Formats: sequence, structure tokens, C-alpha cells
Amino acid sequence: MRRRRSQIDSLEERPIEARTERTGRSGRSKRAMPKTILVLGATSAIAQAWMRLLAPDGASFFLVARNAAHLDSVAKDLVTRGAAAVYVETSDLDETAAHTGLLERAVGALGTLDCALIAHGVLGDQAAGERDFAVAAGSLQTSFLSPVSLVTWLANYFGRQYHGSLVVISSVAGDRGRKSNYIYGSAKAGLNAFLGGVRNRLDREGVQVLTVRPGFVATPMTAHLPQGPLFATPDAVARDILHAIEHRRDVLYTPWFWRWIMALIRVIPEWKFKKMDL
Amino acid sequence: MPSKSKAPVFESWGRYPKLDVRLEPLFWTDEYPRGTRLPPSVLAVGMGRSYGDVCLLQDGTLLSTRGLDRLLHFEAGTGLLRCESGVTLDQILQFAVPRGWFLPVTPGTKYVSVGGAIANDVHGKNHHVAASFGNHVPRFELVRSDGARAICSVDENPEMYYATIGGMGLTGLIAWAEVQLRPIASRKVRYTAIKFSGIDDFLAISSSSRSECTMAWIDCISQGRAFARGIYMQGDYSEVVEPKKVSPKPRLSVPFDFPSWALNRTSMRIFNELYYRKQLRQQVTGLIDYEPFFYPLDSVLHWNRIYGKRGFLQFQCVIPWRYGRDGILAILETIAESGMASFLAVLKVMGEIPSVGLMSFPQPGITLALDIAIQPEVTFPLFERLAEMTRELGGRLYPAKDACMTGQQFRSFYPQWEQFAAYRDPAFTSAFWERVTADA
Repeated sequence: MRRRRSQIDSLEERPIEARTERTGRSGRSKRAMPKTILVLGATSAIAQAWMRLLAPDGASFFLVARNAAHLDSVAKDLVTRGAAAVYVETSDLDETAAHTGLLERAVGALGTLDCALIAHGVLGDQAAGERDFAVAAGSLQTSFLSPVSLVTWLANYFGRQYHGSLVVISSVAGDRGRKSNYIYGSAKAGLNAFLGGVRNRLDREGVQVLTVRPGFVATPMTAHLPQGPLFATPDAVARDILHAIEHRRDVLYTPWFWRWIMALIRVIPEWKFKKMDL
Repeated sequence: MPSKSKAPVFESWGRYPKLDVRLEPLFWTDEYPRGTRLPPSVLAVGMGRSYGDVCLLQDGTLLSTRGLDRLLHFEAGTGLLRCESGVTLDQILQFAVPRGWFLPVTPGTKYVSVGGAIANDVHGKNHHVAASFGNHVPRFELVRSDGARAICSVDENPEMYYATIGGMGLTGLIAWAEVQLRPIASRKVRYTAIKFSGIDDFLAISSSSRSECTMAWIDCISQGRAFARGIYMQGDYSEVVEPKKVSPKPRLSVPFDFPSWALNRTSMRIFNELYYRKQLRQQVTGLIDYEPFFYPLDSVLHWNRIYGKRGFLQFQCVIPWRYGRDGILAILETIAESGMASFLAVLKVMGEIPSVGLMSFPQPGITLALDIAIQPEVTFPLFERLAEMTRELGGRLYPAKDACMTGQQFRSFYPQWEQFAAYRDPAFTSAFWERVTADA
């Protein structure tokens, strides 16, 4: 959790191949890079950038997303960059009933599973959700119930094999309810609490549960927003995530300054906060 | 969350003209055209490294291809790379150099997209042996505004293939393209830098050079005996096999706009003097990394900010051999007399190999490129004069670098423009195209 600024800077400066080369020599406290990887929401910008860091090392991937054409181009990109094998399956992850079969097929294809990244999600329409519970429920289904269902199965799987990294993309939006996006935020807050519990349960089994809380990232999800200086690239976020996996972190704020921004936002007393525009 | 919605500002590299543009990012090659609500006019843009207005569009939508950055296939045996059109030459180098491959042709910056390199049919230091970028693009997919998708190559849709290479992005959206890379043994380039004292000296060195990559920096500010002096640079890929690592990211960046007085005649005279004198010997040889050899300016991000908010104009002409020597001299004299100065002017001999594009800029002769800060009362009349001289000398200007040429000049530089116009996608246009065809 404690990271010095300089450490992160040097990490971001380092080019991809040089970096993997270096970590390939297995540092003292660091763990080997994951080799068999399941990615749920594999067409998300952060997931794509993260997979690109691992592909040159010859990792194998099982990718799940809704759009077959998009999935196909992501798979081609990874194979071109050196992935040992890439399996794809199109699925709407909102349908939790299909999860068990899907995850079993993933493990069957990869043989083992070192790491699972849950990256799917939608920002949702806050204004529509305020008017219509059905919209809010849809948002909660995608951003909360769906990952909860996936984590439930994966937690049991990783717990049984006493090994693995379970990485879930949450958001800084879960740190405090704000009028501009509290439906999305509450789903992420619930997810954060759920993952905290799973981590508490699985740490003793040797399993890492990493909650990733990115700030603004320049992705299709935020393409409609004006891009200010706080926006990070998916690549920078992906490098932070990889670093956090190697160093067995629990909660990652990325880029780093969001830890401090959110710490400030959390300490504002509610009587003051309720009058603010955030 | 920021709530004020403000259109993102998009500027070309010369930062002139400044137009109100709307940017729509594309992340997948099947995202355009989207359903039925088609914007009236669109133009695909990559990195916006064109200098003038070929990558701009007023009252339309720029489709940003930066999100189309996937590599789709690589044949390790032949070096044929298929990638989406927003992949930058920088990204290709990061991928290809460690595998022993290099770009077949590269302009002076690696921060251009493959789509942009095709649309402007860019050339580089090896033009005399390799022609331009399009000569190494055997195939690509073009998406038209009616939703039609066509694979284009010499054999499939050849007319559209020739029209799209150098077609300034006006024939539709390039979804992906194949680029034939060339093998390298190491990152190093064996180079020689030779001082020359004038244009005849330059031509003599040029004609005796056997190198694969050549170009010259020319001092276009000093007059008298120092007039048209410069440094001729030539290089060849080293054949000594060495490990090939990925380049580090540049650390230098110009963080703010320089005030407009910072670049003046005196500061540029000093720069030109120092640049010429930093090399003491007549001839220097050595082995250098490809980064400083091909991309000296890329080591400073946002270097265009040194020209200040007003921006700058780039002038690039090619003058055919018939008038080459005298033509270039006359142009250099005109620039020197104007009192305007450029701190980096580049001279290069263009080869005989024809470009494949219908509208490609290169032609055999001598090309001169330089940039000049915008001082409205001096710069525009000077550029008008230079364009007219280029026309009289039978040369042509490079649309990718232009912000000034008149429609009449364009149509005389590119008399095939009408033939080309037939292949333009009706929904695709640019500020440049509107400008040079408005009075036709």
C-alpha cells in the first residue's frame, strides 16, 4: 500500500519489454508474473492495456466480453504481441446464471488460473436512475451483482488451489456517495466492502484480492466527459495494476494521487459535504 | 466529476489555422459509420502532426483514430505487419525493433499514425532508395460513409488504393493497413556528417553519396559567404548484430508556449551559427542510435510550443531537376531577404522511384522544408510569394505541411485533382480541401 512517488515514476518510464525482461529475473520480494489469465470485460480499455503488458511474456488468456468482433481484434492484438494462447467467449456478464459454466470452461481451457481480472462495468445514466428504479437496478446488476457472482466462484476456486490473484476494477466513486454518480458509486462501495471481506477470508489461503480504484481514465466510458489534467491513460493505470499484483497490494488507488484526494474527500463532514457540488 | 462540457480543442502541429473542431473518438474499427445519424461532414485524424489544415475541419466531426491501436498480425519471417490505422510509428518501433525490424520509410517524427502516414504518403531520409510510405503498404481496408468496407491493394479495388495513398484522408476511413517492415541488425546507424559551403557543394556531396539515408540541414539566415551553408548527413543501418531494446520515453517537454518574441532573427542567427560551428571538423563519422538520427526533435515533446500561441507555418516544396539548383537558391534568397528566419531548414534530394499514390507529393528533384513563426504582416505575403515561385519553377507544395496555398496553385501543382475528386467520399472533407477547391 505504501508506495513512494519515485518508484511509480520509474515504473511508468520503463518501456514494456525492458520491464518484463527485468521482472523475469524474479526480484526478491516480487512474485512471478501471472501466466494463465482470465479477463472478464476484456474489451475494456484498462483490461486491454494491462493484457498488452503481459502478452510479450507469453501469457495465456481467456477473454470474455459481449461483442464478438471487438473481442476478436483484442485477441489478435495479444497473439501478435506474443501471447502463448488466447481463448475467447462472448457473454453478457449481467446474466449471472451463466457464470458457473463460463468460469468452468475458462479453467478447462487454460488448465490452471493464476490471475483473474474483472474489468467490465458501465458508468450508467445517473439522471435516468434517479427517476427510474429499473435503470438503477440495471446499473447495480452490472457493477455490483455481476462481479459478486463472479468473485464468489473465483474465491472458492483460488481458495482451493491456495494460489492466485483476484483483481477487480472498482472506482474512487465508491469512496463516498456524491450526487453526480451515487448509483454507480454505491455499487462500487458495495463491491469494495464485499472484496474487503473476501480478502480477509482468503489472505490466509495465500490468495491476493486486489481492489483497484482508478480515478478518471481516458477510456470509451469517459469519452463524453471533458478531459482535464486529472485524467490518466489506460496504460498508466495498467502498469500500476501490474505493479500492485507483483507486490501483493490490497487496495490500489491509481494514479497514486487519488489516494490523497479521496482521503480529503472522505474527511469532509457530512453536514458540509451535503452542500457541496462534486 | 467535471461538469462543464467543453468541446476538446484540437490543433494541427503548426497550430494554425485555429478552427472550432468537434472530436469524436473511435475505439473500434466497426464504430464508423454509426447507424443512421451521420454527421454531414467528417474526417479521420490520428496524431494531428500535419502542420496546416489537412487534418482539420470546420463545422464537422473529426474521427479520432487514436483508439484504433491494435496490432492484428505479424509475419515474423517476412516482416509484414497488419495493424489498425491509429497505431503510431512509435508503437510499431516499440514492437518491431526488439524483433529485428524497422519502418520501411519514416518521416522526421515517429508520433504519426499509420493512417496519417498513408493519407499524406509521407517520405523520409531514404526517399531516393525507398520512395514514400505508401510504396510499402500492400493492402488496407477502407470504410466509406455509406458503410461499405473495401480491401484495397494493387489487385483489389486498385483505383481506390491509388487514390487513398496520399489522398489526404478524403476517400474514407482507413480501418487497418499492412506495412512491410525492413530488417535491421541493430539499433545503430553508421553516419557521416559533412559540412558544405553552398548549394553546389551540397549537390556535389549528394551525387557522390551512396548512403541509404541522406538529408541536409541548411542555414537559411546567414548571408554573404556563409549563404546556403549547411551540414550534410548520411547514414546506413549498422550491419553488426546487437541486442535491440525498446527506446525509453522522452523526458524533455516544452511545458508552455514561448512568448512570440523569443524566436527572433538574433536568437535564430545564434542558433544557426552554433549549429554550424558545433561540428569543428569538415567531416565527422560515427555510430549513433536510430532515435537521434531519425527523430532528433522527438526527444522534446511539444516542441511546437516554442513558436508561441500564434503558431508557425511550414513550407515544403519540391523543385524538379530542370530548375532545381537555381530554383532552390532563388527561394532561399527570397526567404533571407524577407528578414524571416527559420532555425531548422532541411534540404534533400528526392529519388526517381515513383510514389504509388495518385496525389502523392514526392517527385524527382530537390525538396526544401523549413518552418517560420507566424508574424501575420510578413509571413503570409512571403508564403504567397514562395508558393508562386514554386509554381513558376514547375515544383509543388506538400499539402500535409501547408496552410496557405491558393486553390489555383493547388490545382496547378496537382492537375490530377479532378480525377482524384471522383474517389473522395462525399461525407469526407477537410479545411484544406474546402480551401483549395472552393473557387474551382
